[in-house]
Amino acid sequence: MGAYILRRAAYAVLILIGVNLLTFTLFFAVNSPDNIARLNIGGKRVSADAIEKWKAERGYDKPLWFNHDADGADKIKQTIFYDRSLRLFTLDFGTSDSGRQIRHEIGTRIVASLALAGPMLLLTVLVGITFSLLLVFFRASYLDFWGTVLCVVMMSISSLFYIIMAQWFFGKTLKLVPLSGFVPGLDLLKFLALPIIVGIVFQLGSEARLFRAMLLEESNKDYVRTARSKGLSEAVVLFRHVLRNTWLPVLTHVSALLPYAFLGSIVFESFFGIPGLGTYVIEAINGQDFAIVHVMVFLGSLLYILAYLGTDIAYTFVDPRVRLA
Amino acid sequence: MPKFVFLWTDFILWLVVAGVAFYIWRVRHNARARANWSHVLRDGPAMCAAVVLAVFITIALLDSVHFRPRLPAIEGAAANAPVAYATRTMSIFDALMSHAIESREKTYSTPLSYWSFQKETQVVNGGEVRGNPRLAHGGSHLTDPAREWESDVAARSVAGLLAGLVAGMLIAVAFAALRGDVGRSIKQFVRGNTEIPWRPILITIIVMAMIIGWLAALWPYYHPFGTDRTGNDVLYQALKSIRTAVVIGSLATIATLPLAIVLGILAGYFKGWVDDGIQYFYTVLSSIPPILLVAAFVLLINVYIDQNADVFETGVERAEFRLFLLCLILGVTGWATLCRLLRAETLKIAELDYVQAAHAFGVSKWRVMARHILPNVMHLVLIVSVLDFSALVLYEAVLSYVGVGVDPNSSSFGSMINLARSEMSRDPVVWWNLATAFTFMLALVLAANFFADAVREAFDPRARVFRPRRLLKEAA
Repeated sequence: MGAYILRRAAYAVLILIGVNLLTFTLFFAVNSPDNIARLNIGGKRVSADAIEKWKAERGYDKPLWFNHDADGADKIKQTIFYDRSLRLFTLDFGTSDSGRQIRHEIGTRIVASLALAGPMLLLTVLVGITFSLLLVFFRASYLDFWGTVLCVVMMSISSLFYIIMAQWFFGKTLKLVPLSGFVPGLDLLKFLALPIIVGIVFQLGSEARLFRAMLLEESNKDYVRTARSKGLSEAVVLFRHVLRNTWLPVLTHVSALLPYAFLGSIVFESFFGIPGLGTYVIEAINGQDFAIVHVMVFLGSLLYILAYLGTDIAYTFVDPRVRLA
Repeated sequence: MPKFVFLWTDFILWLVVAGVAFYIWRVRHNARARANWSHVLRDGPAMCAAVVLAVFITIALLDSVHFRPRLPAIEGAAANAPVAYATRTMSIFDALMSHAIESREKTYSTPLSYWSFQKETQVVNGGEVRGNPRLAHGGSHLTDPAREWESDVAARSVAGLLAGLVAGMLIAVAFAALRGDVGRSIKQFVRGNTEIPWRPILITIIVMAMIIGWLAALWPYYHPFGTDRTGNDVLYQALKSIRTAVVIGSLATIATLPLAIVLGILAGYFKGWVDDGIQYFYTVLSSIPPILLVAAFVLLINVYIDQNADVFETGVERAEFRLFLLCLILGVTGWATLCRLLRAETLKIAELDYVQAAHAFGVSKWRVMARHILPNVMHLVLIVSVLDFSALVLYEAVLSYVGVGVDPNSSSFGSMINLARSEMSRDPVVWWNLATAFTFMLALVLAANFFADAVREAFDPRARVFRPRRLLKEAA
């Protein structure tokens, strides 16, 4: 089991290196620092001096991959590649193009993101499974049929509609919750309630349908037929046999959702004015700040890979077949 | 003769239409595929969805032939003077809707209204009066709107709905005539005991015809869904958005196919280091959060367009180029899921007897992949493509909100919703923009979803869902 986890971890590192190389090439090699400078200063007729100055201030005046003029280790260290890419592995994120410490920003914002995304993910999965259990328990009935139709309708509505309508109805008309914002402490609950509920409702359609399919797939297996044929009640079959074995695909699915959750459901954060990583990304994209976007891509894939590693480890506990492999 | 403008998005959209036509022609000669599709044809909700989709796609295609109208020659100009073309690129759809483009108001107005939403100080009989001025176009044919408006709208609505109803009925009779005995066919339609669910299909057609008739009766005189902040007709914006949604949904899906199919089959067939390499490649891509990857590419496009601004003669050409690149990006970043599926399926198929037999006969590897494996994984490609369509339409709205979507100047559901965000916090609320975008988007995505479900059900027997009505029918 140790060897298995070690092998997965080594592969994860390899993936991370791939992501880093790919995004660095995209951001700083395909798109030369001159272009970034011109875009940031604005206008088409930017003087060469202004570009040089802009680059020098942000360390983009170094060679891209390899510095021939420097000595020893500096040949590697005095490059944009080292500054913007290799350093990320030590979690040293450098400064953004507007001159602020990216690491500090992330440190303060990640709390807000987690406060929103953590409960949202957990509750989404729980509500989705509960709803799909209801459908499966009454399967082959009108409840199942119309429940599935409802799921399709719900997943055909854009998340933006849910947010706008919920803000308008609960925030503006009923004045139950504040429209947007973020405060630390207990009052936070008031600010987070609406985004979390909207998040659950918006994902319920697709989640419940998926979980329903998983449960049905499992309940067609032989051991379920055996359980039924020995006279167990439908509830026992569903909750003790089917549900337990469905956790495995559910786990895989949740791990695929994790990176989205960590990066803050970008849209939710920005609509509800929560100062998390999602709003940071939107600001960076609108400000054409390549340094921040690059770091966020790195961070996003790091979290994704960690989540996958976590799932792999969780598998070894859930599924004995993996443990023995 | 107007000057036709070549746009990549138009070209590929029409190529897709040609491809679908070719596919239909192929299906007619393939018993297996025909059996699967006849399963879709017998599915009531799917066929109703197909009717709705057909209307949407027709609008999108009409909006996909762009040209620059020829300007009238200047009087007294030399006979051999070069022909001048308008700087504005327009489509056939724009030409048909020229009335809606021209009847532009100053600012917001509620649906079907004849007065402007915003109060203005007007001079009436020498004194200054503050009130809602009348619109320049909406309801301008009324002399005493306060008295006439209600009866005018009602009369036009009834006329439009009736015309739609008659047109829909005529279509129904035409279908009945195509089946041979008209009287018997109509009886079967009404009873609903036909193999292809004609009753729901015809009801959908009649309802659609009535909606179109209602809009056609009112649109020349009013703004049926109001006007937006700059006074543009909201219905026109929504209809224009359909094309953007269809282009993104179809082009981005098509763009994922080459990479996904080629790499998926190669990985599953050759196994070993080829498989390892391809798996590594798509794991790297899929471990980057998709929205960030798209954002990264779009930032690069911005740089490119910023530097080559002179290449594009008109604003539409620039916007379309951006849309085209956006579709490519969605394709390049979104092929991992399908690739993974195809790889797994190829791994399975490559072990089957008929592939082994082909090997034994000395068929080359490439030929085995092309002739024996590819056709047998195409059902997966079809299923994933139709499922992706609706997801991409929804995704466009989110991307536009984040600021990496379509060009801000071209209309899309995403940009309509973005505007609506601030409108909902106004007092009184400007709701019609959001409501219109919502209605059209829901209709499009819901139809696409229902259709996709039926396709999946037909081609993947495991996904068949329970239908109480069908069971009852079979039992009876």
